[in-house]
Amino acid sequence: MSTAEKYVTAAYLVVLAFVLLYVVLYAFKMSRLEREVAELAELAAARDGRQAEPERDRSVVG
Amino acid sequence: MSWWNRPGPSLAVGAFVLLLAGIALAFWWVPEDVDQGFSQKIFYIHVPIALTAYACFGWGAWKSFRLLWKGQEKYDLESYTAIHIGVIFGVLTLVTGSIWARISWNVWWTWEERQLVVFLILFLFYSAYFMLRYSIDPGPLRQRISAVYALFGAVLIPVSFLAVRLLGTLLHPNPLLTTRGPQMSGSMLGTFLVCFAGVIALGFALYQTELAGKRLDRRLRELRKALA
Repeated sequence: MSTAEKYVTAAYLVVLAFVLLYVVLYAFKMSRLEREVAELAELAAARDGRQAEPERDRSVVG
Repeated sequence: MSWWNRPGPSLAVGAFVLLLAGIALAFWWVPEDVDQGFSQKIFYIHVPIALTAYACFGWGAWKSFRLLWKGQEKYDLESYTAIHIGVIFGVLTLVTGSIWARISWNVWWTWEERQLVVFLILFLFYSAYFMLRYSIDPGPLRQRISAVYALFGAVLIPVSFLAVRLLGTLLHPNPLLTTRGPQMSGSMLGTFLVCFAGVIALGFALYQTELAGKRLDRRLRELRKALA
């Protein structure tokens, strides 16, 4: 492999590496967003539970 | 939902196929340049990346103009995302250009070539956009100041693009696409166009993906605030 061939291959590999790095970083971002969605779903469920409790108490008394 | 509203996955697949075809054509089909030999093959990735960087900065400036004109918040995120992707392509332009310079001129960088310096100024200008943006609290003021800054940068895009044509060149290759038509063989032009289509599709796919992620991020923050 000549020097020119090595450099040209390196240039194309740099581009490929950047795209791969972007995909990896994006995968991390996606997993963070998934975690946040799960946390918010838990928060929403806990809130629903708190709102449902007084109604349940009322139905026991009634 | 129409294809135009969610073109990300199709564009990503299209970009992958076109880039694979373009790289195969560049390495194994297109003949070597008479003057530069094998090193000229960087052209098929370097020039499309540089043109995509210009397109992203131009798109960001256009969205900024829309924000200032219409006052709709959505243009701020679109402009910011386009500039974000433009900076990524700007880094790649500088890196692939430096590798080409090392083979052809035996240096990684030269300050004597005005078009390189103009591109570097354009790149640094849009890199500073993020510093400006994050130095201001979120809100309409930040949106407007960022938009004005992005619009100012648009002046540098034609200057940088035309620098190769107007300023004359000591070392940098002359433009191959001129008003007299393409200054290269049909096979070279065909390979260049395949690579260009692949890189521009990749740029647009990254833009769509990044924009979707940023929108989701923003909605989650709003939802968290509402639930707190």
